[in-house]
Amino acid sequence: MEIVLLFLPLLASIISGFFGKLIGDRFCEIITSLFVALSALISLFLFYEVIVNQYENNVVIATWINSGNLDVNWSIKIDPLSSVMLIVVTFISALVHIYSIGYMSHDPHKPRFMAYLSLFTFAMLTLVTSDNFLQLFFGWEGVGLCSYFLIGFWFKKDTANAAAIKAFLVNRVGDFGFALGIFLIFYLFGTVNYSEVFQQTPQIINKELLFLGLNFKAIDLVCILLFIGAMGKSAQIFLHTWLPDAMEGPTPVSALIHAATMVTAGVFLVVRCSPIFEYSQLSLNIITIIGSATAFFAATIALVQTDIKKIIAYSTCSQLGYMFFAAGVGAYNVAMFHLFTHAFFKALLFLGSGSVIHSFKDEQDINQMGAVYRKLPYTWILMIIGTLALTGFPFLSGFYSKDAIIEFAYLRGNSVGYYAAWIGVITAFLTSIYSWRLIFKTFHGSFNNKQMQIENIHESPMVMVIPLIILSIGAIFAGYLFKDLFITHGEDSYFWAESIKFLKPLSTDHPPLWFILTTPTLVLISIPLAYYLFVKNKDLSEALVESNRPLYNFLINKWYFDELYNFIFIKSSKKIGLFFWKIIDLKIIDRFGPDGVASLFKDLSIKASKFQSGFIYQYAFMILIGFSALLTYLILY
Amino acid sequence: MDFPILSSLILLPSIGALFLLFSKDQSSNTGKYVALFTSYVNFLISIYLWFLFDPNSSNFQFVEDREWLKGFINYKVGIDGISILFIILTTFVTPLCIISVNNTIKNRLRDFLIAILVMESFMLGVFCSLDLVIFYLFFEAGLIPMFLIIGIWGGARRVYSAFKFFLYTLLGSVLMLVAIISIYWITGTTDVIKLYEIGIDYKYQNLLWLAFFSSFAVKTPMWPVHTWLPDAHVEAPTAGSVLLAAILLKMAGYGFIRFSLGLFPLASETFTPLVYILSLIAIIYTSLVALMQEDMKKLIAYSSVAHMGFVTLGIFTITQQGIEGSIIQMLSHGFVAAALFFCVGVVYDRMHSRLIATYGGLVSVMPKYAILLMVFTLAAIGLPGTTGFIGEFLILIGAFKDNFLVAVIASLGVILGAAYMLWLYRRVVFGELVNNNLLKIKDLDNSEKFILWSLAIPILFFGFYPELLNNTIEISVNDLIENYNFNLNMYTPEVK
Repeated sequence: MEIVLLFLPLLASIISGFFGKLIGDRFCEIITSLFVALSALISLFLFYEVIVNQYENNVVIATWINSGNLDVNWSIKIDPLSSVMLIVVTFISALVHIYSIGYMSHDPHKPRFMAYLSLFTFAMLTLVTSDNFLQLFFGWEGVGLCSYFLIGFWFKKDTANAAAIKAFLVNRVGDFGFALGIFLIFYLFGTVNYSEVFQQTPQIINKELLFLGLNFKAIDLVCILLFIGAMGKSAQIFLHTWLPDAMEGPTPVSALIHAATMVTAGVFLVVRCSPIFEYSQLSLNIITIIGSATAFFAATIALVQTDIKKIIAYSTCSQLGYMFFAAGVGAYNVAMFHLFTHAFFKALLFLGSGSVIHSFKDEQDINQMGAVYRKLPYTWILMIIGTLALTGFPFLSGFYSKDAIIEFAYLRGNSVGYYAAWIGVITAFLTSIYSWRLIFKTFHGSFNNKQMQIENIHESPMVMVIPLIILSIGAIFAGYLFKDLFITHGEDSYFWAESIKFLKPLSTDHPPLWFILTTPTLVLISIPLAYYLFVKNKDLSEALVESNRPLYNFLINKWYFDELYNFIFIKSSKKIGLFFWKIIDLKIIDRFGPDGVASLFKDLSIKASKFQSGFIYQYAFMILIGFSALLTYLILY
Repeated sequence: MDFPILSSLILLPSIGALFLLFSKDQSSNTGKYVALFTSYVNFLISIYLWFLFDPNSSNFQFVEDREWLKGFINYKVGIDGISILFIILTTFVTPLCIISVNNTIKNRLRDFLIAILVMESFMLGVFCSLDLVIFYLFFEAGLIPMFLIIGIWGGARRVYSAFKFFLYTLLGSVLMLVAIISIYWITGTTDVIKLYEIGIDYKYQNLLWLAFFSSFAVKTPMWPVHTWLPDAHVEAPTAGSVLLAAILLKMAGYGFIRFSLGLFPLASETFTPLVYILSLIAIIYTSLVALMQEDMKKLIAYSSVAHMGFVTLGIFTITQQGIEGSIIQMLSHGFVAAALFFCVGVVYDRMHSRLIATYGGLVSVMPKYAILLMVFTLAAIGLPGTTGFIGEFLILIGAFKDNFLVAVIASLGVILGAAYMLWLYRRVVFGELVNNNLLKIKDLDNSEKFILWSLAIPILFFGFYPELLNNTIEISVNDLIENYNFNLNMYTPEVK
């Protein structure tokens, strides 16, 4: 059954990718959606088995690499952690497949698109079901590759191509750390299988390594390297620059890959490796700081962006930051919980924004929208549900998961925890502001589009709306329904079993009441505030921009990361490359090497040939000199 | 003695070439079919050989030992798990080169085929020889057909490139010849198996190692003696580039494993830092240079230098993973570089330009080409699921065991590798179709499809299931390392 679950999407991808022309667009759409939906049903069944019967399984499919003591298998590991990921991946994927039938209806390359989506699903499944680091890396690169294909799906657009390469390369930088982490794990443990590595971890916690003349604790180094990989995939600060650009891809892709599944792989990695991370307080602190920094910084940028998808992309970045700092303060299960709920409401928001973009004929600027809530009633209501869930409006799913993260950070009790908790509160407020800004500017106020008449705006077809409705159900109820399962730490009915390790059990206290109430209060306040700023009194928001120009420029230019990286890495690599080629290769090596040697011999032989002048007296003279030299030598020695 | 299967393997292409020599017709298809038939028979023989080969024995197999110069040199051939894979690579790639002549070689087709077949004989000889003199003869003889291929059928600057190629490789090899003669004077034999047993006195090892190194480093090529490669590739016809990249470069890597490690373990240990540094320079430096190339063939040539940098790095880690990785990386590079040069050949035949700027937007007119080129690009990047990943990963894991810093720097090359390959792909295949001449360009024809798919399939198959390769080389590599460490331990007190 696990094998069927894993290979259905691959099969769908192959059918659609290679025989797409033969079987027709419609058939491709149906077969890929159907196969992925079947996978979703199987994962639902497995999830049920895991909850009820504590089902665990590890299916070995084949040997992959076997070299010396390195022994790696292709395998499918089912445990509580992977079963949760399976649900998220296959469900969102199935819904996105169905949605794409509507969204891509005018595109000439439908089979290719569906094939990529299914292939992505397959790669993501290999990632989450791996029982070793290497297959994880395979899935990791596989999803990165599919993301590259899908971002650059519209291959004629230069911006799309640039974004695709950027995504791949920035991820490669993360993978560089990840790969080194795997090497180090193999070096330390002699294996890359989770179970053996995790089992041996306690034995190496005091081991130190010398690198570049500095002593590191081996375990810290492993964790930090793995986390660098996670930062790349999950777009954390410093390695986040690819995610906003990735919005060049079709919107369903953004929903599936760049919101719900692939970008959460980094969080999954950290949670999966909790048996290692638990022993490295240093790296946990780094994760907390990076996570909360990302949460805050991405939210500030989202405040001023005008591209509807980029706002949501930065919001994703910010929410991933939450998940990381949850993991960083040791609340891995809460991180997974937020990952789970976030998948629903963020996919909902993305697909909703796709529906808006579709109606506006590919317009993405929220300044070109407005006043269309009557025209797009379903989309409007569903987007509001998504926004409420995202901002943590009481009793929707984001409320349970996000507030739990902030509370656990607070309960951690150390300075890093308090820092993260307060950043979490502030970011929750910012999140609420930018989310409502998006809703108000898109659906309310006045109609600002000059290219279109408001009469020509129509609601999207049902094939797009129905997946949204399903997601909105998840966005409303997922938090309430699953909070006990995911967070509660009961003795006998503990859901996560062995898949997440806690050195010391999570605190069961509660923070003070005033702290618990702070976030929801801010969230509630922000709605009228945003309404006032972005609908009622727009002059005020513009005046704010005017009076804080430098800050605004800083935010609208995304903290100048792109410019900085362009200057430091891209331009300098090109310059160095040119220098190596034109100066060292051509001017030095060739000139003093083969060309130099060749011309040297040529010169010498020209000179030598001058001796053969053909005049007897010259030869006689040479003989005389030679003879006298020889004679002198013999006499003297 | 059993049937001399190795000698037949070596001789068969030359016999085919002999047949061609007596045909008067320069350009008929019959000549091509003769060549194709010969080389495919050879391929089948080599597969059969792989089938017969016993991977559980560490001895050389199918050994033939004939007297040649009585008392001095014997014609001795035999294979182990390492050589068999290179033999198969050679017999696999050669027929593909012959198929490709359809579109590329317009004049003196017969002579070209003869050159390729003779070349195949020599290359197979290199991987089979178990006598230093025989090895040297094959190793150097291989230069001649390649020199002719570049010099006669090459591009505009073919003579310059051919001479540069010849000069570089010959200079290195002269030293190797001197070393082989010295080995004979020191030990009284040039038989490799005997030399493995008796060993070479440690006080001679360093000099001898350096002499062999000078030859192999040029052929690999390692920085800074790599500048002949881009020129040779750019000017060579497609089939020449393919043979050069896929097989000729591998002779050096094979030489390092068989002779440098096998005969001079102490010197290898001494010079490991040198090899590491040169390999790292090759990886980083040439990747950066590749980034800036405007000529597709030059870009791939520079990327070859970087990939071979990984190979030399892996070999000198002297770890099971590192050496196995290097061998797989060489095979992988054999497939991938061959495929990439074929791909450049495909568009060159149509547009007569190798400049990247000529192209752009090919995916709209050549979708099949775009898919295959993507597979090869990804393999060159070393994406998991392709052979490129297995090679690089094993090499790096081996390097990591030996030296952290080296592995870290080499891993940086993986990022750069992705940068130049993806950028190349984007500029050639993606984007808007700007150049109007490209509008009427045709997608792959049947023979091109056959060539490229034959290369894509093993890249993917062995990417997912490298066990077949690992299994073949495991015992031989293990034996090599044991032998190496044994020698090291035996001599270490004396050296100190």
